[in-house]
Amino acid sequence: MAERTMEGGGVVGDGAGSWRTDEVVAWHARPAEAWRTYRMVAGMWIRSTLAYRVSFALDLLASLVVTFFDFVVILLMFGQVRGLGGFSFAEVALLYGASGTSFGLADLVMGRLPRLGRRVRDGSFDLFLLRPAPVLAQVAADRFALRRLGRVIQGLIVLVWGLLLLDGVVWTPLKVLLVPVMLVSGAVIFSALMVLGASALFWMQDAAEVTNAFTYGGNTLLQYPPTIFAQDLVRSVVYVVPLAFVNWLPALYLLDRPMPAGVPGWAAFASPVAALGCCAVAGVAWRAGLRAYRSTGS
Amino acid sequence: MLRLYATVAAGGFRRHATYRVATLAGVFTNTVFGFVLSYTYMALWDARPGLGGYGMGDALAYVWIGQALITVCGLMGGGFEDELIERIRTGDIAVDLYRPADLQAWWFAANLGRSGFQLLGRGIVPMAFGALVFDLTLPSRPWTWLAFVLAVACGSVVGFAVWYLVAMSAFWLLDGQGVVQVAWLSGLFFSGMLLPLNVFPGALGEVARLLPWASMLQVPVDVYLERYTGWGLLRAYGFQLGWAVALLAAGRAVQSVATRKVVVQGG
Repeated sequence: MAERTMEGGGVVGDGAGSWRTDEVVAWHARPAEAWRTYRMVAGMWIRSTLAYRVSFALDLLASLVVTFFDFVVILLMFGQVRGLGGFSFAEVALLYGASGTSFGLADLVMGRLPRLGRRVRDGSFDLFLLRPAPVLAQVAADRFALRRLGRVIQGLIVLVWGLLLLDGVVWTPLKVLLVPVMLVSGAVIFSALMVLGASALFWMQDAAEVTNAFTYGGNTLLQYPPTIFAQDLVRSVVYVVPLAFVNWLPALYLLDRPMPAGVPGWAAFASPVAALGCCAVAGVAWRAGLRAYRSTGS
Repeated sequence: MLRLYATVAAGGFRRHATYRVATLAGVFTNTVFGFVLSYTYMALWDARPGLGGYGMGDALAYVWIGQALITVCGLMGGGFEDELIERIRTGDIAVDLYRPADLQAWWFAANLGRSGFQLLGRGIVPMAFGALVFDLTLPSRPWTWLAFVLAVACGSVVGFAVWYLVAMSAFWLLDGQGVVQVAWLSGLFFSGMLLPLNVFPGALGEVARLLPWASMLQVPVDVYLERYTGWGLLRAYGFQLGWAVALLAAGRAVQSVATRKVVVQGG
């Protein structure tokens, strides 16, 4: 564990101070500013990645293959059984594809956040505070890795595969609309969990793996139907960590299946609300983390 | 000389023992994954009892042993290769090569200490937790535990040998990330961490059970489940040690080519 000084160094203190002034003056402009910062930093990394096109193509392909092997396990399972927890292959593919796409998007945008722990430990986090731009956008876009697009592509392929194989589902305009809403809300929920996990790193620099339990672990959980899990576990991902809103609840509506754990039917449409709630919690945690940050001063 | 390596191994153990928060975080994550996998296996074995020759309790034991051994045997990363690759990339490796110790033996000893700590720190707690919540098969004979630990030790050596080879590739590729990713994928899939290798169908299963990754999880689990007895048990160890010797020798050969031919990065 890194040694900590009682106060940040003089320069760092000034940097943090100016950041706070910005926040007070133009809080409503911050989302736009954050997006501009993110685009600028990520764009720089994308340009540098694309300088070596063949290398990038290979990286992307590798990332696609890696995530595809994850799905091979489900194919192997369905080589042995006709259904899991009463769900057909097409239905599990839908669940898998929806969760995988949302997680992939969040991982693409926020996947660098777990590295924050190292930066807090070695003091290089100070650099982000010195720049007059939203800190979260800078940290998330740092060393942006476009090859993570592979996971999104794989998720979308499995999702489309599942949708094509589904039979007996009557598609209404509402259901069609629910698909993109589900994917975007899911990505926002996963992103918020990643920000929440990163916030904890200001206090516990080594705890990055806890976030994995909720993000990677949540993604694995959501790939399977809720019917196979203990009801307490299902309840906890509805009411405590709202992972069920990523894909389970909307997908169950798409499949005309009953909601689990006594959840009302309208919850299928509540994913955007759950996503906003997660963002609010993550935002508060992030600010608290930034305030608690003291430079290592080494 | 042996005392030097013993000191290095103890250092590896102590170093990882200082990452207390990381260890707790890892235990938490392994436990959560253990839960999720347990339920998926229960659904699978409900639908197909006796799949792969395992009963439900065997399958559940498989899940929790898998979670316990991830870091011990380096199923998804050896835990040292990033550091070694970084030293090769920056040229710090030149300093290591000047030491009056063999590079491979040095890292082997350090990894032995790391692996030992991970067994105690990240192996026992999730497994005990899994055994409390789920109905796992437990060995019927006490000496099976001893046989199991020996199989885990052999698996850990194979794990080290694989990741050492991966790290050595950095002498030529500098950025070893591509190779690391391929090794990570192979470890994830062919160790049987996602699905036991004896459930893999046909030729895929036969090949998977012959690859080195089989010795990191599948073999230790089958020793634990007492599926090997007498000569069969010795053959299982022989399989692990065969891969260990072959891969360590390959690592040594690559190392000697690398240190003779490759120009170390200045900096």
